[in-house]
This record gives sequence, structure tokens and C-alpha cells, in this order.
Amino acid sequence: MTQHTVRSFDEQLKHLKNLIVQMGGLAEAELENAVTALTRRDSALAQYTVGSDRQLDELEHEVGDLSVRILALRQPMASDLREIVSALKISSDLERIGDYAANVAKRAIALSQLPAMRPAGSIPRMARLVQTIIKDVLDAYVERDPERAIDAWQRDEEVDEMYTSIFRELLTYMMEDPRNISPCTHLLFVAKNLERIGDHATNIAEIVHYLVLGRQIDRARPKGDTTSFAVVTPAEPKAGNEADR
Amino acid sequence: MMAAVAELEPKAPSETAYHVRSGGRGQVMSVCEFSLWYGQKQALFDNTMEIERGLVTALIGPSGCGKSTLLRSMNRMNDLIDGVRIAGQMIMDGRDIYGRATDVIALRKRMGMVFQKPNPFPLSVFENVIYPLRVDGISRRSVLEETAERALKGAALWDEVKDRLQESALGMSGGQQQRLCIARAIAGEPEVLLMDEPCSALDPIATAKIEELMDELRGRYTIIIVTHNMQQAARVSDNTAFMYLGRLIEYGETQTIFTTPQVERTLDYVTGRFG
Repeated sequence: MTQHTVRSFDEQLKHLKNLIVQMGGLAEAELENAVTALTRRDSALAQYTVGSDRQLDELEHEVGDLSVRILALRQPMASDLREIVSALKISSDLERIGDYAANVAKRAIALSQLPAMRPAGSIPRMARLVQTIIKDVLDAYVERDPERAIDAWQRDEEVDEMYTSIFRELLTYMMEDPRNISPCTHLLFVAKNLERIGDHATNIAEIVHYLVLGRQIDRARPKGDTTSFAVVTPAEPKAGNEADR
Repeated sequence: MMAAVAELEPKAPSETAYHVRSGGRGQVMSVCEFSLWYGQKQALFDNTMEIERGLVTALIGPSGCGKSTLLRSMNRMNDLIDGVRIAGQMIMDGRDIYGRATDVIALRKRMGMVFQKPNPFPLSVFENVIYPLRVDGISRRSVLEETAERALKGAALWDEVKDRLQESALGMSGGQQQRLCIARAIAGEPEVLLMDEPCSALDPIATAKIEELMDELRGRYTIIIVTHNMQQAARVSDNTAFMYLGRLIEYGETQTIFTTPQVERTLDYVTGRFG
């Protein structure tokens, strides 16, 4: 797109975009560290991750301040206006992603003091998927690519399905042995956090679509998370390990 | 996308993106392939647009794009300039405004005009407002007083001037003078109000009052406003026409023009990238 007549306006918009990209990078790194801390049972890394979340909060404030300043001074129109509104919303989604990642890290500290659990395998797999979605929506933001955003948006359903399956798995372990309850509860929250991170990434995909095209995605969001309705009851004492619905 | 829009609106030339909001009361005026020359220099090129009755239509575009020329063509103010030549038509009530049979004075009465700088006559407030009636030879005191009150109320000025109707209009503030000019324009019961940058000489409060007034007049009158202030166009109008180098580039619903215009050049203009 051609430049604004007032060049400092272009610079402000560029700065805003850079802040979002910076926030995206930090959120990605924070999630990566949290998942690594969880899988390696590395409480030092987890501690560091929890502390690093503050940077995201500060950047979110900076995005807010800059956006308000641009709105007040430039009265932006059309695509420029969407640029600013989108930055505001994306920054708040990224900040939330950081919060959830920090919470994963906190639980990694608790889990490192408990015996290791089996679903430690499917949770990192879910985390990888969430990470690729975040990466894709951030790339879609940088490249102004609504197709890529929609593509990432659709993959959130998979995250939801993985979450549902981990939910069931963890409940089964808890029923097997009450000593599992403590680690499983933490893992359940970890999975829930990852699922929420996926939702925020999906939000960002929707915002990118709106930013570029000026209209919302005209489809309903695919949903694969059925845990809110899930009922898992303990099996009859003699029925063995097989847990039934 | 543009081609599809043009197909839906067969009257629009293919190069104009056309997506106007209908007022549901038909058109007050049709501009048909209207061109205008100042001597050798062509200022308007084949402009075609329908003006929706009862709505506010804004004309925007960079300086020299022809928006004021188009506005002034609508009540034949350009007749007063030497060397002006036109082609095409401006149709009102099925008749060409530029036809031989048109009574220009009667035409201008149907299309009140408000200019950039307030132009009250060096008369009292009262005489200013009822000037159109004086021209028509109406002299019954009761009719004049009634009209003055109605027009001044219509222009949101009554409360401020009702106690000094006999004082000179030249002693009023700029914003009051401009509202007085609007009162004078509506005293003659026009169908259309043409406003040529009516707020560019006013402070922000006076501007807000004029905008509020336009909002109140919407529906009763058809308003066509030329403005350099894009925020103002976005606030007050229902439809917006974007002109560039004498051509109508995009004409459509104001909300769309200022959020998701269909033509790249419109987007560049409304976002301040040129002009």
C-alpha cells in the first residue's frame, strides 16, 4: 500500500505492528519454555518462564498506549482503523496466551515434585499442535494472509479433540489410584490451559481475517471440546480396569 | 467485484463503483453523463449519479477534483462564470435542469445553497430570514413572522436570536451567521439543500451545531454537502461520492466508503495516503 501523506503516521503503524510481532515471539517462547520445563521436569526453567511473563504484560500496555495515541491524533479510517483495533485485540489475546503459559510453568514446578505420569506423552503432542497454530496465525498476521489464518483457525478443532481425549484419560487414571489425583489434576489444568491457548490463537486468526478483508469469517467456529458434557463413572468393582462411560 | 456492482446498476458507468444506500423515497435528481468545461479545460468527465431523496449525500475528493463544480452545476451557479460549457444532463422531476424551458430563479429556489463563508445580507436577522419571501413579493406580516420563526427554529437558531430579530445579522458570530444562512435557505421551502463546505470557516462547537442541524434536517430535505473534512462526511452523510480528477470514482453507502471501500484509490484517499 502507498505511504501516508503524513510519514510519521506510517512510522507509528509500523511500530505498532512490530510490537505485536514482538509480543507474538515472546508468547511463543514462553509456551515453548513452559512445555519444555514440563517434559524435562525442570523447575528452574519453569521458574524463569513464570517470571518472563511480565514482559508480555508490559508490551500489552505499550500497544494500548500507542493505539490510543494514534486514535486520538490521527483519526484513522478503514484499513488503518482496523490495523489499530486489531492490534489492541491481538495484544490482549497474546497476553492471555502468556498467562496460560505461565500457569503451565507453575504447574510444571508442582509436577516436578510428584511421580511422573503417563499422559506426559499426549500433552506435549497437544502443545506442539497449539504451537504450530500460534506460529501460523502470527505468520498470517505478518503476511496479511487470511487463507493461512482460516487454515490455522480450522485446526483448533483438533486441539479440542485432543483435550477431550486427555480429559478422559486423566479421569481414568484418577479412578485407578487416588494417589494419581494430585498429578492428574495438575495435568488436567495444563491440558485445559493449552486448549484455552488454542482458543486465543483462533481469536487471532479471526482478527487477521477481519483486519485484511474488513469482514468476519462467515462460518461457525469448529468445536471439538465436548468435556463440558462428559461424564465418566467408575467401573463396577469386578469389571477390571475397563472404564465405561 | 466492480463489474458485478456495475451490472446491478445499469445506470452507472462501468468505471464508477456504485453501491448507494436507498432512502426508499426515490431520487430527487439524476446526473447523467454530465461533463463540464471551463474554457478549454475539462473539469468534469461523464459523471453519472442518482441523488436519493431525503438523505444526506457527501461529495469528497482532493482539491480540484470537481466536487464543488458538480455541486454548483446542480443549481446552475456555474452559469455565472464565463466560458463554461456542459454536456450531458441533470434531471429533476423528469426535466433537464439545463433545458431551455427551465426557470433558473425558480430552480434555485428549490435548491437552497449554503456557502463556505457565511454570507448574511447587511440587514436585520428578520429580514435575512424572510428574504426569499420578499423576493416573491409576500408582505403579510403574519406570514413573514410565522416563516421566520419556523425557519429559525429549523436552523436551531431561534432561542439565540428571538429577542434580537431586528438587530443587524452582521453582529452575530460566524456559527450563528452560518445557521442564519441555513435558516434563509430553508425559509423558501426548498427540496434540496446544497452545502459547499459549510463548516470550513467555523470553530468546532459551531461545526458540531451545524452537523446536529443537518441530522435534524435529514428526511425533510435532501442535503448534498461538499466537504474537505472526511470525518465530517463520515459523520453526517448516508451516501458518499468520491471524486478524483473530475471523475466519479466510487459512489456508495458512507459506512462502506469509510470502512471497506471497493476501489483502491478511495481507500488511499480516506486513509490519508494522497490528496
